[in-house]
Amino acid sequence: MADVNRGKRPLSPHLTIYRPQLTSMTSIFTRITGNAMLLAALMIVWWLLAAATGPGYYDLARTVITSWFGSLIMILSLWALWYHFCAGLRHLYWDTGRGFEIKQAERLGIMVIAGSFILTVLTLILI
Amino acid sequence: MVEFTLPKNSKITKGKVWPKAEGATNFRKFQIYRWQEEGGKNPSLDTYFVDMDTCGPMVLDALIKIKNEIDPTLSFRRSCREGICGSCAMNIDGINTLACIYGMDDIKGDVKIYPLPHLPVVRDLIPDLTHFYAQHASIMPWLETKTNRPAKEWKQSIDDRGKLDGLYECVMCACCSTSCPSYWWNGDRYLGPAALLHAYRWIIDSRDEATGERLDELEDPFKLYRCHTIMNCAKTCPKGLNPAKAIAEIKKMMVERVV
Repeated sequence: MADVNRGKRPLSPHLTIYRPQLTSMTSIFTRITGNAMLLAALMIVWWLLAAATGPGYYDLARTVITSWFGSLIMILSLWALWYHFCAGLRHLYWDTGRGFEIKQAERLGIMVIAGSFILTVLTLILI
Repeated sequence: MVEFTLPKNSKITKGKVWPKAEGATNFRKFQIYRWQEEGGKNPSLDTYFVDMDTCGPMVLDALIKIKNEIDPTLSFRRSCREGICGSCAMNIDGINTLACIYGMDDIKGDVKIYPLPHLPVVRDLIPDLTHFYAQHASIMPWLETKTNRPAKEWKQSIDDRGKLDGLYECVMCACCSTSCPSYWWNGDRYLGPAALLHAYRWIIDSRDEATGERLDELEDPFKLYRCHTIMNCAKTCPKGLNPAKAIAEIKKMMVERVV
């Protein structure tokens, strides 16, 4: 592969000047939600470790996790989980070679966003 | 490598505001990326005012008018002025397109013009496409055959020829590849939508006899699989083609040949 010697040449602007698209935004959020769920996973591991350590430490963990901040992280993680799930289904559909027309892809994007919110609210109501 | 910010020598500074032409009233503001090697300065964003009463409808018309009447040092590539040569590809109003077929009516507010994203700039709106062309060459963009040459020509049914529709029209303007975040971060190893669309065009050509070798060549974590279906490519293609779909078809063939 030819290696371009840039010399003193500047790099043209990219991320900061490119207009966000529905498809590109739903794509990056798939990755962001996937990574962000690590936070919830860590919190759950911490909660289990606290339970194994002893009642005093467990009380502290429970207080943190059920505080408004803990709840916020949990609810956001719930949304992230559903978003990632819906986006995953979209990727499975794409893997069959379907849904690639721009209109279809954008409709799928809206379905992923709507689906993630609906499923989050449903989960909150049901549990 | 993911790098959100530009290198030090690439940060854009405030540029010159060029005076309005006398006697005109219907001005439109243009902000255009400028850089030249002489002087060793950083790139800048120059402001021009174009009299729309005496200007054609396309962005390229305005660029030519600026070059003719305001600032002859403004540099850009152009040739056919009808969307068939792919020379005037640039970033206009936040998306990559051909200046010659992009109407200024479709732009709200000021017209912002940058070179194609994430490429080394030769001058102003002219990016260095060496690597992009080398990637295209690497996918063997020609008919590969093993059987003896026929007496007249390699024949193809009308149906098989139809499979090339939506692929052969690509003019290699580089709008798609340079719109792709994956290509921005991994363009050194990821082939990008344009080269992959061309790869698919030869893979499904009924006359080609190197399908296996072509797929072998693409079986690589970077060359093909850095496509994450972001779809900026299909969204921005000025010819209305769909590289994302072509790449998905290649991925499908990769699976189909092992199951």
